[in-house]
Amino acid sequence: MELKYTMGIDVGSTASKCVIVKDGKEIAATSLVHAGAGSSGPAKAIKEVLEKAGLQEADLSYILATGYGRHQLPIARSQMSELSCHAKGAYELFPDVRTVIDIGGQDAKVLRISAGGNLDNFVMNDKCAAGTGRFLEVMARILEVDISQMAEFSRQSAKRVDISSTCTVFAESEVISQLAGGSDKCDILKGIHRSVAGRVSGLVRRVGVVNTVVMTGGVAQNSGVREALEEELKTTIVTSPLAQYTGALGAALFAYQKCIKEGNMDVTANER
Amino acid sequence: MSQQMNGEKKPAKEVLRGVVEQVYQNAWDAKKRGEPIGWSSSKFPAEIAETLGLAVCYPENQAAAIAAKHGGQRMCEHAENLGYANDICGYARISLAYAAEAECEERPMPQPDFLLCCNNICNCMTKWYENIARMRNIPLIMIDVPYNNEVEVSDDTVTYMREQFHDAIKQLEAISGRTWDEKRFEEVCSNANRAAKAWLKACSYCQYTPSPLSGFDLFNHMADIVTARCKPETALAFEQLADEFEEAVKNGTSTWKYKEEHRIMFEGIPCWPVLKTLFTPLKEHGINTTAVVYAPAFGFVYNNLDELMKAYCKAPNSVCLETGVEWRETICRENNVNGVLVHYNRSCKPWSGYMPEMERRFRTDLGVPVVGFDGDQADPRNFSEAQYITRVEGLYEVMEANKQQEGGV
Repeated sequence: MELKYTMGIDVGSTASKCVIVKDGKEIAATSLVHAGAGSSGPAKAIKEVLEKAGLQEADLSYILATGYGRHQLPIARSQMSELSCHAKGAYELFPDVRTVIDIGGQDAKVLRISAGGNLDNFVMNDKCAAGTGRFLEVMARILEVDISQMAEFSRQSAKRVDISSTCTVFAESEVISQLAGGSDKCDILKGIHRSVAGRVSGLVRRVGVVNTVVMTGGVAQNSGVREALEEELKTTIVTSPLAQYTGALGAALFAYQKCIKEGNMDVTANER
Repeated sequence: MSQQMNGEKKPAKEVLRGVVEQVYQNAWDAKKRGEPIGWSSSKFPAEIAETLGLAVCYPENQAAAIAAKHGGQRMCEHAENLGYANDICGYARISLAYAAEAECEERPMPQPDFLLCCNNICNCMTKWYENIARMRNIPLIMIDVPYNNEVEVSDDTVTYMREQFHDAIKQLEAISGRTWDEKRFEEVCSNANRAAKAWLKACSYCQYTPSPLSGFDLFNHMADIVTARCKPETALAFEQLADEFEEAVKNGTSTWKYKEEHRIMFEGIPCWPVLKTLFTPLKEHGINTTAVVYAPAFGFVYNNLDELMKAYCKAPNSVCLETGVEWRETICRENNVNGVLVHYNRSCKPWSGYMPEMERRFRTDLGVPVVGFDGDQADPRNFSEAQYITRVEGLYEVMEANKQQEGGV
């Protein structure tokens, strides 16, 4: 029987992620480009994932887009919100997941997953960018630290410097004041992670902390935020090396389901 | 009022629009005649001015109309340039700008000679009206409604309200030189009750599946219950509206022209500047709004003066959480909703403030998904379309999955 490949593409505000799944079971390839909606990122991510999988676009049975830029991708046959896709992807990676914390470039969301893997309920951040990846990016820039090193630096902290401003702009000023006042960079970073955790934990409590708690999205790779959240919520939070691909993985799995439902596996995406 | 046009009966929505237009026209005409005209908060006892035959305009209605016609940001910025903070109510900012004679073609109305303020609808109202009174050097008649911490309105509160009610009459008699007529007051109350009953009846048609209307229609029609509650033509127009809905149920037609796959409650005041944007993802996903708490909140019926006082004690922001939850959950159950969309309104802190707890109750008590989004009733700067669409799509996907699990598809 011919193999069926479906692709999920998660076009976020700061990055584009693709996952190709073989027969709805096995990840064939992934790609990640640090450029999101409205940029060349999605096209580059698609090209890269196809090359890695050794496939052509015509080999794909279904393409489903998710994320902030999901509606601006003509190649996709359909779209679903990142909420459902993160739920699906997280359930695939951790079948006992009940709570998902996803911190992306410009939003933060908490999902309640049923025992059967369905999305039951969710809450998202308000209009403010506090507690999102963008907040961390801004702070990394002021502190002249690569975003991938933030956790490592914060782990070296001897005494956390609390950042009290919620607003990204005011927090930026506060960090500059702390630096000017001679505070240690590592201590400030620990305070920044605590600030994000404080903001996001409010959302988590609104949904309720039910184990297993899984963290997805780009910020999941920052163990400093994850540990601060664990401390705040008094629970263990698990994550996966595929955390940033969770939405795209969910999209690829939904794409496969849609293929099966439609019984129309061999029509290329552009023709539908 | 004539409901005939070229021999054909005008549809109720046109009649209702005409009633509101007449309210504004009456105010202009009174102003021309040299009579004092008032500005009133939406839930000030309208019976008083109506009994005395005084023309009154409603700044909340005006602000909503200006916002819907995309003048909200300009007016808000005008108020901010006068020194008002950008985080106070958008209606208040628009109204303060208008009182300061900012240019505004979207919904002109005459400047006031007196103000009627009742803080049952919100607490910002008091400072808003005090500012206008000072700005224009005009009298402010205030009716203070204590927040109802308990479900029942106490006798003490009724007494307090009644005294203020009578004092307001005296003040208005002095301002206008007119005399209170008890018989006319009874007529006015009778008209108000008739209009309220007809309005509530029209709102109740959302209970039908499919619904003969969209809740968004009620947002438009509520202008009449706010601005012309005591007028017989309002009662007639709402009775006609209810008749039209009755006919639509019989004929299987609806003002909602799309599939009705899902039914939701829309919680809060709509974002008037982006009404179309609010509506679009709902219609695309077959989500009809069949419950709105804001509209029926203005329909109340009373049988005597004490009940009138009690009715004015109960507005969305003057009742305790238990009453607020009960109102909403009742219409959700009666109108058979399978999801709730909550507007976290940056303009209305009291309303939005208790929403996280209400959301929790809705989920627990009704077992339906509840989703919130950030927005504003009048200031478009506080709304993000992309965020809104994602939340509506998320709500749709959860409702759809629930429906499939229940075997409804």
